[in-house]
Amino acid sequence: MTLAPEKKTKKPRKLSMKARYEALTRGLDWEPSYVTKEEMFPHLEYEGIKIHDWAAWEDPFRLTIDAYTKYQAEKDRRLYAVLDGFAQGQGHLNLTDAGYLNAMKLFLQGVTPLEYAAHRNFAYLARHFAGPGPRFAALCQSIDEIRHMQTEVHTLSNYNKYYSGLHNWPENHDRMWYLSVPKSFFDDALSCGPFEFLIAIGFSFEYLLTNLLFVPFMSGASFNGDLPTMTFGFSAQSDESRHMTLGLEAIKFLLEQDEDNVPIVQAWLDKWFWRAYRVTALVSQMLDYMLPRKVMSWKESFELYFEEQMLKGLFEDLAFYGITPPRHVADAVQEKDVLSHQVYWILYQFSFAAGFTTTMPTPEHQQWLSQAYPDTFDTHFKPLWDKEARNIASGGRHFTRGLPQLCQVCQIPMAFTEPGDPTTLCQRESEFEGEIYHTCSNGCQWIFEREPEKYRQAWLPVHQIYQGNCGGPSVPEVLEWYHLQDGDAGEYLGSRDHTNWLTWQGEAAAETASHENKAGA
Amino acid sequence: MTEQTTSTRDVGVVIQESESNRPVVEAIEQDNPDCSVLHTPGLIRITAPGRLVITQETVEEKLGREWETHEFQMAIVSYFGNIQEWDEDEIVIAWDH
Ligand SMILES: [Fe+2]
Ligand SMILES: [Fe+2]
Ligand SMILES: [Zn+2]
Repeated sequence: MTLAPEKKTKKPRKLSMKARYEALTRGLDWEPSYVTKEEMFPHLEYEGIKIHDWAAWEDPFRLTIDAYTKYQAEKDRRLYAVLDGFAQGQGHLNLTDAGYLNAMKLFLQGVTPLEYAAHRNFAYLARHFAGPGPRFAALCQSIDEIRHMQTEVHTLSNYNKYYSGLHNWPENHDRMWYLSVPKSFFDDALSCGPFEFLIAIGFSFEYLLTNLLFVPFMSGASFNGDLPTMTFGFSAQSDESRHMTLGLEAIKFLLEQDEDNVPIVQAWLDKWFWRAYRVTALVSQMLDYMLPRKVMSWKESFELYFEEQMLKGLFEDLAFYGITPPRHVADAVQEKDVLSHQVYWILYQFSFAAGFTTTMPTPEHQQWLSQAYPDTFDTHFKPLWDKEARNIASGGRHFTRGLPQLCQVCQIPMAFTEPGDPTTLCQRESEFEGEIYHTCSNGCQWIFEREPEKYRQAWLPVHQIYQGNCGGPSVPEVLEWYHLQDGDAGEYLGSRDHTNWLTWQGEAAAETASHENKAGA
Repeated sequence: MTEQTTSTRDVGVVIQESESNRPVVEAIEQDNPDCSVLHTPGLIRITAPGRLVITQETVEEKLGREWETHEFQMAIVSYFGNIQEWDEDEIVIAWDH
């Protein structure tokens, strides 16, 4: 019997993609009979957004539930095959260096919980939008996001067997100072109405900045021998194109529905660009400082993924609706030369209280930095490391023992400089009902002053420590409350991960040598 | 209903670099002669002025098997531009205005 491929004897097509989508997604909607539409969807008016025709929402993917589950199952199947192989083959020893995992610790502590938060809120949108198209797209995204959270946990649990800093990320996320940056960002979005959330996360996060957030982690993984992370990253990112589309369709839909929506959407865009951009500050230092093998600098990736694709591409498209680039975008562009250096310098000094370790960049690493940042590194940041090298030589690796002032909005320690002037600290003050609030930048100040009633309630880790809400007044008490264990924090060189790594690499080398000897005998 | 745009601003797509995606990349290169390709670790970024098209026929030819456009979801990591068309025979990325 021959199994000749029956190629191109195409079976009679069932339904076209378009017709299937109409039947299986749009066609399953119904009109309520014993409640009004307003009672069924009660959250759609209070933000001031006007929708006249929900049917005008477009879904270019024309996704139906059968196609969705088929491809998602395949994605999971491929990922778990890689994970099994990794665990069986001691794959963790193929990393460039154990220090690489600091990037993944930050990812698991800072980003994975956001996936779960996204899952929750897209489920809310899937319930509350009055059109079947956006409801179904939101439902798929909600399921995607919980898949991301689960696959990230499963992937990184392989490292948790051997390395520090990965054992208590949910509690870390809720309690630790630098993790309040991503957490408060997403909590801010979760506490918005459905349309603002859509612009905040669906558009600003998932379309505008997603490439800056996720692509660097995935390329970094690929370049540093972290096959499992690369695989989950691509598995998750393949959903991302749908999320990007949802975000882009969302903004166009709101803008096309009513002219009155335009100023509301513009203000949300102004706000959420800056909120999300501030979260990427953590990514900037990861790219420039945490990866043993560098992929591209923050500056390069900002220029490629943001300036070129978004400012030159997207915003010209949105200009058609009267939308202008986000209000504080010029400050972000100016900051690209200094951002990663300033953020890493903070983390370096405070890593005694973090779920990862830091170390001084090696001479080769500093050379790379000065090539990547010819205008700023040698003048402004190399002197800091030179001084630190002298500290280390005399036995005093620098840790700051005081607690920093945090920005009331982004919650990052206030160590940024004035736009265009890397030598002057940027500090903004606003008064609200007799109290002074501090912000780190023009963007954060503008956001605060637009909604002071909201941001005055911020749970600022430093204030909370001083108020006695974080385990006690002393550093060890706070670290215990953070659920940090020996080996999680501090300096990388000489840390538990570092010494284990050297031992394991030595053992691996000895084993290879003995195999070779036997083979030769 | 999608009117052709005259915009020549770049659009692009980012694809995971893997053995199984290689024929897809080849198909895109063939169908978009003006495109440029950038390799970064694990990723291939393909950009083209104004418009980028992925056609089922070319991908099937390169792969030597049937391929439905839905399957492109397995390869795509990111894109920029607007997905103007995604039906059974082609996917088109372009700006609207
Ligand atoms: Fe996600
Ligand atoms: Fe997403
Ligand atoms: Zn701030």
